[in-house]
Amino acid sequence: MATQATETQAAFGGFSAELFSAHAAGQTAAPSWWLERKRAAYARFASLAMPARTDEAWRFSTIAGLALDASRKAGPVELGAAMPVPALAARAALTFSGNRLAGRGQPPPDLARQGVTVETLSEAVLRHPDLLREHFMAQPQRLGSGKFAALHEAFVQEGAFIHVPPGVEVSEPIVLVHRAEEGPSFPHTLVIAGDGSKVSVVDLFLAGAVPQRTALAVGANDLYAGHGAKIAYAGVQDWSRETLSFQLNSTVVRRDASVQSLNIHLGGRQARHESLSQLQAPGAFSEMLALTAAEGSQEFDQRTLQIHQAPNTKSDLLYKNALAGRARTIFSGLIVVDQDAQKTDAYQSNRNLMLSDDAEANSLPGLEIQANDVRCTHGATTSRVDPEQEFYLKSRGIDPTRAHELLVFGFFEEVLNRLGDAGIHGALTEMIVAKFKGLRSPHAR
Amino acid sequence: MPDAQTIAIDPPAAENPAVGIDQSSGNFSYEMKYEFDAGSGLSERTVDYISSVKKEAPWLREFRMNALKTFDSKPLPTHWATRDLENIDFNKIRYYLASGGKPKRTWDEVPDDIKRTFERLGIPEQERKFLAGVEAQFDSEAAYSNIKDTVAKQGVIFVNSTEALREHPEIFRKWFGKVIPTGDNKFSALNSAVFSGGSFIYVPPGIKVSHPLQAYFRINAENFGQFERTLIIVDEGSEVTYMEGCTAPKFSTSTLHSAVVELVALKGAKIQYITVQNWANNVFNLVTKRGLAHEEAEIKWIDCNIGSRLTMKYPGVVLKGRKARGEVLSIALANDGQHQDTGAKMIHAADETTSNIIAKSISVGQGRSTYRGVVHIPRHLKGCKNNTECDALLINSNSRTDTYPAITVRGDRHAVQHEASVSKVSEEQIFYMKQRGLTEGQAMSLSVNGFVNELARQFPMEYSVELKRLIDLEMEGSVG
Repeated sequence: MATQATETQAAFGGFSAELFSAHAAGQTAAPSWWLERKRAAYARFASLAMPARTDEAWRFSTIAGLALDASRKAGPVELGAAMPVPALAARAALTFSGNRLAGRGQPPPDLARQGVTVETLSEAVLRHPDLLREHFMAQPQRLGSGKFAALHEAFVQEGAFIHVPPGVEVSEPIVLVHRAEEGPSFPHTLVIAGDGSKVSVVDLFLAGAVPQRTALAVGANDLYAGHGAKIAYAGVQDWSRETLSFQLNSTVVRRDASVQSLNIHLGGRQARHESLSQLQAPGAFSEMLALTAAEGSQEFDQRTLQIHQAPNTKSDLLYKNALAGRARTIFSGLIVVDQDAQKTDAYQSNRNLMLSDDAEANSLPGLEIQANDVRCTHGATTSRVDPEQEFYLKSRGIDPTRAHELLVFGFFEEVLNRLGDAGIHGALTEMIVAKFKGLRSPHAR
Repeated sequence: MPDAQTIAIDPPAAENPAVGIDQSSGNFSYEMKYEFDAGSGLSERTVDYISSVKKEAPWLREFRMNALKTFDSKPLPTHWATRDLENIDFNKIRYYLASGGKPKRTWDEVPDDIKRTFERLGIPEQERKFLAGVEAQFDSEAAYSNIKDTVAKQGVIFVNSTEALREHPEIFRKWFGKVIPTGDNKFSALNSAVFSGGSFIYVPPGIKVSHPLQAYFRINAENFGQFERTLIIVDEGSEVTYMEGCTAPKFSTSTLHSAVVELVALKGAKIQYITVQNWANNVFNLVTKRGLAHEEAEIKWIDCNIGSRLTMKYPGVVLKGRKARGEVLSIALANDGQHQDTGAKMIHAADETTSNIIAKSISVGQGRSTYRGVVHIPRHLKGCKNNTECDALLINSNSRTDTYPAITVRGDRHAVQHEASVSKVSEEQIFYMKQRGLTEGQAMSLSVNGFVNELARQFPMEYSVELKRLIDLEMEGSVG
């Protein structure tokens, strides 16, 4: 019986039926259909098992590190240098702190005139129930985190809801800030771009002011690009180093639409990112980019799925990891080409730059192809900084440390250069630079 | 081009192009009276029966019994492998069938029915032409085993598993079950419990065996499971090339073939292991193959899979000594009703070890080919290199291919790259060839042959010629 109790404890991690009831009772303004969805999600969470060592979707993951913890254990922890608040955060349209709205930026006046909606999830539940029913966590969980997605849906309290009406082009990026405070965080972002519209969204996930011994973040975002729409999305995960983080993304791309998503992974103790891209109609294009700066004993676990469901669709994935210290990364990607998806053009590339003799990179680049008239390639490489390039820079009189830094930056620039917005490019580079100072190879010294 | 291959051994000639990798040529069987038959199903009694017939030492009987327990305790690996495995009925399989008697040293002594089988498959013919030794296994035991005098005089041992473990335990016991432990996977455990036949080879130091040694595996009986066991030990500075071929008649019920092949290349040794797998497409072919390469040794697997219903086979090399080299060259052809789940494993366990994997697959009709691979470079090594290339060719709109590599690299002193591509036959190429007067079928064959040519060139000539011919055959009717 004792083991059974322990197993139950492991499966719930403190997210008990009582805790859920208390959470649901707190949602006084929410309509009954919303609460019903949350109840169903909690039941799903309770019935699903925790990942096990033999689950293919969790191959190479540190399973022991996934234990959930609903409690709030504040300090004392070793305080690192205080992370400067990124300049981008000042431009936030919505700032969330500890699962609540903490601030609303001054929206550009033409947004409202154009009919663009930037509001909180709790507002959207009341004002846009039909859009939420259609798009909120509506896609299948195919990458292994069904249990954590259900946990998110059950406990999500606040988030960002962005809707761009057909034909509207939003000129300035919409910035969202999600700051963790005591206890688990459930950040959410939903972007719906109507036919022929255009929008750019930046999500910043930042550590809170109160350090915690253990922290949990279970976030989700859904991107939906209607026919001919264009979405540019950038997410920067910079949670505290104590955080167990799950980020579950789904992207739907309709006819002639395109979505570019870039995820930058800096923070967390163990961070899992799942990204599902569905190319549902001809002409759809999904560009999936990621940069990870891993150091210390951090583990970054990225799982992707590019599903080509219609003919003449295109996807292009480039995930780059730089690994220092004893860090581990896992990249597991799969391109699926359905039987009818002839003329698919799919690409998948994982590049690992090893900066330490103790770091470990795992790559699982996969293909499942059921149509013959396709162009599908994937590649994975793992190597160190090219000594010849390093030598060249040094021979030009550049200080060895600086030369090394330049080359590591060069490694990331290939991805950052794909960003269309110069302002975002600069702001994101700044955030990465701060983390990069810790990513020096011992060979450079 | 010399046309020696078309010599008819048994009419009609069209049915038998010599080397037995024409898929139709193996489709015949003879009524046999077996003196030893372990019956259907698997239990301790089956294992006891096999061990008793072979008059085995107690340690070996115990080894088999433990393996049976391991087999029973392991689930089918369907959490990653195809569920088609669930269609194997282990209780219907016959685990041991033999006619009794030692393998014969001359073909004249081989019983007529069995001799006729191998003659139809062209084995004695091949032996005369270019082999240093041949072992021909018929169901559970070798019917014929011979090694050329010149090679035997060099001290090379080439015998079946029973004889090897009885007559030369001092050589073979040391490595038996060490490269592939019983519990490696469910099917290596099954083989360890009921193995029979296969080749045990030892090459003494400093000997380069000039011609290939060959084994030929034949399944004759329905519902039969063949579980041969091969162990090749090549001592310091020696070299050997080993080839195996196989066929079975196409029965209406499925057949199981589950081999374990262990290779040991001691310091500076070279082993080349060539397989042309052409089982009838009702055979479950679940094989574990692994080599252990010591310092500066080289192990090269050339693996060609054309037959079977389901093949699961990932030849591996454990690179144990400094500067050891491992290589897997793999060609798979999956036609209707076939799933070729093949690949490679490279485990780097010493500094400056290098490995190379080149896999090419062709899926025709509703055929499915899968590449599965592991490249593992653990912590605190330096200067390891791996290169992996997987190319898949899809012929028809409903053909399928998958690629599932897993690459783990620790540390910053290695270089690893993996590339894979999926394509179809180029329309421009076909158009060009048709314009030059070739039929669409001929153009298709030429194109597919071009796709595998780079690998096929590395096969012994007799095999690459046959591979070409077989591809032509498979491509007939695949267009339009």
